[in-house]
Amino acid sequence: MSGLIGKKLGMSAVYTKDGVRIPVTVIQAGPCPVTAVRTLENNGYQAVQLGFEELPENRAKKLNKPESGFFNKLNTKAVRVLKEFRVSSAGEYSVGQVLDVSVFKEGDKIKVSGKSKGKGFQGVMVRHNFGGVGGTTHGQSDRLRAPGSIGASSYPSRVFKGQRMAGRTGHDNVTVRNLQVVQVMPETNLILVKGAIPGAVNSIVKLIKQ
Amino acid sequence: MNKVSHLVPQTPNPEICNFRVGDRIRVHVRVIEGDKERIQPFEGDVIGIHGMQENRTFMVRKISSGVGVERIFPFNSPKVAKVELIREGLVRRAKLYYLRGLSGKAAKIKDKNLI
Repeated sequence: MSGLIGKKLGMSAVYTKDGVRIPVTVIQAGPCPVTAVRTLENNGYQAVQLGFEELPENRAKKLNKPESGFFNKLNTKAVRVLKEFRVSSAGEYSVGQVLDVSVFKEGDKIKVSGKSKGKGFQGVMVRHNFGGVGGTTHGQSDRLRAPGSIGASSYPSRVFKGQRMAGRTGHDNVTVRNLQVVQVMPETNLILVKGAIPGAVNSIVKLIKQ
Repeated sequence: MNKVSHLVPQTPNPEICNFRVGDRIRVHVRVIEGDKERIQPFEGDVIGIHGMQENRTFMVRKISSGVGVERIFPFNSPKVAKVELIREGLVRRAKLYYLRGLSGKAAKIKDKNLI
């Protein structure tokens, strides 16, 4: 299994030779230096930690001691993002090795994880796909987008835990599986994935080969 | 504006001529029948151009045995083999939907080069 950290750049479209239009998401994927390797002996599980996006000079100077110490020890440039990827054999990787888009190839199925767009405080119709309370006649008003009943009366005399209500929506961890890799561009470190992926433009995503 | 379009390589078809709304054009469409491929021409007036960059399309209208037929072609589609300019038209609008309600001589677009 292999993966990379990427940045969502936006959406576009490409045409196949048969004239079928494929909507694609353009992702800047890697290059990702390996910053740590977790092994069964030392850590009890197997994983690699990858970095993404070098920090510019002025930002790298402002790192605190533990952070700059981490990168000094590795003798690499400081990066903005660090993420761990579970692997079946961590021995294949070594610290300092750099992974790039060539870990993926055209036709691969991948899954993409990211943070969905934050929507703020939303009602139940947006947040939980409720239908609203139907009917505007018979004197009924102001109930079109209401949640309806939230429980019974004297028994149980309370609202059950987990009752779906309005509230903060979005900004969740979302994974989309079975996305097809349409094109890999090693010169520019770009990858085209069929369909949409979670998050806003410029958000950080995790790409994992299935 | 789409900021990623320039990142995705698009090769504009050199066989597509420059045309504008109101022009009469002939579109050579690749048709695949079984395992054979042939070219089918579609000749008509351009009644609109939509979108931009990779999503740009043009709409062609013709009268085929008394029935109005409209087809939309993407500029980037490999199915469009070639576009020929037949004649330039003189129009004042970007979308010529008003032609749908007209027939006969009223639905004719003036030739730009005959005025």
